[in-house]
Amino acid sequence: MIANVPEIRISQAQPQPELGSPEGPRPADPALAEVSAVRSFLLSRGNSAIADRGFQWLMVLCALSIFGIVVLIAVELVLRSQLAWSKFGFGFFFSAFIDPATRLPMYWDPVNGHFSALPFLYGTLVSSFLALLMAVPLAIGVAVFLTEMCPRVLRGPLAFLTELLAAIPSVIYGLWAVFVLVPLLREHVNPLLIRLLGWTSLFNDDNPTGLGFLAAGVILAIMILPIISSLTREVMTAVPHSQREAVLALGATRWEMIRMGVLRNARIGIVGAVILGLGRALGETMAVTMVIGNSPEIHRSMLANGSSMASVIANEFAEASSDLHTSALMELGLALFVVTIIVNALARVLVWAVTRGAPAQVH
Amino acid sequence: MGVGIEVVSLNAWYGTNHTLQDIHLNIPANHATALIGPSGCGKSTFVRCLNRMHETNPIARVTGTVRIGDLDIYKDAKPVEIRRRVGMVFQRPNPFPTMSIYDNVAAGLKLNGYSNRRALDEIVERSLKNSALWDEVKDDLKKKSGASLSGGQQQRLCIARALAVDPEVLLMDEPASALDPVSTSKIEDLIFQLKSQYTIVIVTHNMQQAARVAEKTGFFLNGRMVEFDLTHKIFTNPSDKRTEDYITGRFG
Repeated sequence: MIANVPEIRISQAQPQPELGSPEGPRPADPALAEVSAVRSFLLSRGNSAIADRGFQWLMVLCALSIFGIVVLIAVELVLRSQLAWSKFGFGFFFSAFIDPATRLPMYWDPVNGHFSALPFLYGTLVSSFLALLMAVPLAIGVAVFLTEMCPRVLRGPLAFLTELLAAIPSVIYGLWAVFVLVPLLREHVNPLLIRLLGWTSLFNDDNPTGLGFLAAGVILAIMILPIISSLTREVMTAVPHSQREAVLALGATRWEMIRMGVLRNARIGIVGAVILGLGRALGETMAVTMVIGNSPEIHRSMLANGSSMASVIANEFAEASSDLHTSALMELGLALFVVTIIVNALARVLVWAVTRGAPAQVH
Repeated sequence: MGVGIEVVSLNAWYGTNHTLQDIHLNIPANHATALIGPSGCGKSTFVRCLNRMHETNPIARVTGTVRIGDLDIYKDAKPVEIRRRVGMVFQRPNPFPTMSIYDNVAAGLKLNGYSNRRALDEIVERSLKNSALWDEVKDDLKKKSGASLSGGQQQRLCIARALAVDPEVLLMDEPASALDPVSTSKIEDLIFQLKSQYTIVIVTHNMQQAARVAEKTGFFLNGRMVEFDLTHKIFTNPSDKRTEDYITGRFG
């Protein structure tokens, strides 16, 4: 996080212009020749230099506190993950311990002190990718409808409702997912997927619960829909009207106008919106923890149980059995922290490139 | 070759604002026709009615008849078909910033599914030559974006884009008002050359410009067309007092 500390310079109090011009006509009334009450009041006030300086420093402090909080979080994560870092090094993110008896990989074994981030990296990436796959087309559709087709009366309420989705606490999404989404997937969607797409081995029937990567992906898709669609709407609105007219004047239909005149000009910002949605999906904890199944395993099937970086921290931190276990969780947290900050920064830059004024120019 | 335009009792509204009132006009084929008048007099609305761009605004409405050649554009055709035959150049240059110069010119054809590469190359070259831009951009047609050109070049690029679909009529809504004098004179030279092949309708604030490029000139005031005659006559011997007041600078 880069805190943008504005450089505040308060100029020294300018010398006050002389009150009352010396050459001005003398007032006829002798009472007015005296210094008036307003003037004497204003003259008695100082230049407030000290209070102003104090205010300046207070504001600088406020601005710096954001930066300070980010640095403190980073420092704490780095320090607390030292133990795991010194024991596993980079291998934490790439390798697994092979159990000599079963010859199967053991990724996360707190009892024997084997820790690897692999299944959580996998779970986070897979659930986020599934979420993007579902949310992006829907969000762009919503944005196109709202900016280009929606009758004026409906535009406000619909946009408001979409953005209201973002205000729902994630645990509510989790509850809804547990009681509505997961049974729906278990009874209807998963059997269909297994029948139609089972041959790809991306969908198999090992897991009868309905929990798993797909459930996590669907709930994440719903959760990131508002942010992607509202940012997409913002960048589409920033495309100048003259671009739409230029395409229309060439004999374009409405869809061609939207494709060539709007989406094409807004595409960098739309990529930014998608990446911002990805940032949300990567870090989302509560709803994912409730439906992903929480087993530290890597499966090809989207219907299998898994675990994500955020969900394992939420699940295990309170009852971590050893210092190494805690430290390994901290290292996962550090990785998540760094990745989400990079992803969010990138997204903001891309959105800003479109909305700051002219459409982004490609040279 | 261009075709003539016949306008019969055209009325247009923005919401409740009656911006064009009962316009009758015959625009000759293969000539440049200028429309002059003070700001807000309806001349821009008028040209936007000639390719049905006016109605893209949801609160806008049009009644009356406009015949382009023998096509009654409000009765016999959809806006999309008309706009393919009637090109338009706007006040501010609006090239597509994410496309190369080449793609900008080819945009209208690609939009309509024209994909013959060799023919496309020829059309792009011819259109850019017709808009007097070819020599300045021929070396980086596909390298540079439309937005990297100067304002005057961008406007000529927009003219090339409009010419590439080989329209019968070219509408120009104050095409030089955002440009410097040198670019303006280039655009005027261009109109002079193009009018042998296209019917050109040009809206302008600049009366000298109208006098330089157009054979016929119409004077609009408060949504009505006050006078329409040979340019020479409008500027030397107008029959209406209001026209005379306007061209002598008494208002507007």
